[in-house]
Amino acid sequence: MNATMLLIFDALLLASIIGLAWAALASADARRSVILFIAFGLLLAVAWGRLLAPDVALAEAAIGAGLTGALLLAALQWQPRKTADTTNSEQPTHTLLETGFRWLVTLLCAALAGMLAWSLTQIDAGTAKDALANAVAANIDASGVSNPVTAVLLNFRAYDTLLELAVLLTAVLGIFALGPAQAGYRIAGPVFSSLTRWLTPLLILTAGYLLWVGAHAPGGAFQAGATLAAAGVVLRLAGRDQIGLPRGNALRIALGAGVGMFLLVGLALFALGRPFLGYPPAWAGALILLIETAAMLAIAATLVSAFIGGQPTEEKTRC
Amino acid sequence: MTDILASLLIMAGLFFFMAGSIGLLRFPDLYSRLHALTKADNLGLGLLIIGLALHLRDPLIALKLLLIWLAVLAAGATSAHLIARHARRREKHV
Amino acid sequence: MTELLAIVTLGLMFSLFLGLLRILRGPGAGNRMLAAQLIGTTGVAMLLLLSLLLDQYALIDVALILALLAAVAAAAFTGQQRESGHD
Repeated sequence: MNATMLLIFDALLLASIIGLAWAALASADARRSVILFIAFGLLLAVAWGRLLAPDVALAEAAIGAGLTGALLLAALQWQPRKTADTTNSEQPTHTLLETGFRWLVTLLCAALAGMLAWSLTQIDAGTAKDALANAVAANIDASGVSNPVTAVLLNFRAYDTLLELAVLLTAVLGIFALGPAQAGYRIAGPVFSSLTRWLTPLLILTAGYLLWVGAHAPGGAFQAGATLAAAGVVLRLAGRDQIGLPRGNALRIALGAGVGMFLLVGLALFALGRPFLGYPPAWAGALILLIETAAMLAIAATLVSAFIGGQPTEEKTRC
Repeated sequence: MTDILASLLIMAGLFFFMAGSIGLLRFPDLYSRLHALTKADNLGLGLLIIGLALHLRDPLIALKLLLIWLAVLAAGATSAHLIARHARRREKHV
Repeated sequence: MTELLAIVTLGLMFSLFLGLLRILRGPGAGNRMLAAQLIGTTGVAMLLLLSLLLDQYALIDVALILALLAAVAAAAFTGQQRESGHD
């Protein structure tokens, strides 16, 4: 009885997610697309929870449903408004080449989806189903944490996380290359301002909580960083000029802290005769927490920089 | 005994959620829909959370659930205010 | 008890479907934003129920994040950006 009801639930959730994705892509109105995308992100977080992947669900809830939605909506405001007439008159007559090209792209996407589905069936049929989980479980005592996801991200596959943080750093360089940050928001009314007064500290606290709990329960640096960035975004939306980003050199240090701390720890271990990023088991927990804290700051600074759309201006503004 | 109470509360919560959604579809304009949504959904969530807290009997988790409800209340009310004010401004312009 | 939880979860899913109708139809962005709020609150409720059904208490944290960030989208939707230069 339970199983069938969960099955129906899964089917409806799946239909909703695919339907929302299709509608968001097929919509002609940009605002409609963005709001549908936000709803899509919300349901995707529920889906990750249903699939028993709470770490990903946390990240999806913070980034996909929260930050990306705000980012896209903020970007939309700079677009010229489309009235009904302009939208209708812009319906182009597609040439044969364009139609053929669209069909080709559609077929390629369908082929890719089919290939992915086929490879999924192959995985289930083989014996490699639980190999990763078993390998992690066998070695988790030496990893310094008890959350298997954190153990994989920060210990067993730390190189990958290091490179991911380097990618984020590169993204920030691209964002800064856009020029100075946008002008910001007008001071919000009393209702939203009073909401931010307690929401911002609560978000900061939650970020710290997620960082700490990541060692033994779902959480970790990425989720904490996204939540911390959300605190900055909330301040920004309330019209404040002071959004928690440090200035000048402190900002550069914060942005590079993720990669920097990884390199610092790795090279220090290297100098001590151990392999690069090969934590001694007794110190592993502390080192992981250290790296995760630095990574959280870097991720938060990166996401807030992405939201403000450029390099924060150096001039003194009123707080 | 507590389980019976918890079950009743959870079912009441579901009832209010459905009422909110039906209101969302049936009410004539944006403002009345905001009413239906914010009040009914938040009440439904509150009843659901009380029911879950009774079922779990863990004080720490109950506190976390209470925090979630308070956050949804405040955020929901603020969002409703923002959306309604935005729509009102657009109406005045046109 | 778990049966009841499963039924309620399914009921919430149906309720969410109704909200989807509004988000697809709703004339104007305000109605759609409103429906997104509905989906957010229903998502929080579903996550709380799933955390009990699937015995995965971390989902309560996910619900907390969703609840805290619920107002951000509405604020970004309605916020007015300053023109370049200072206000």
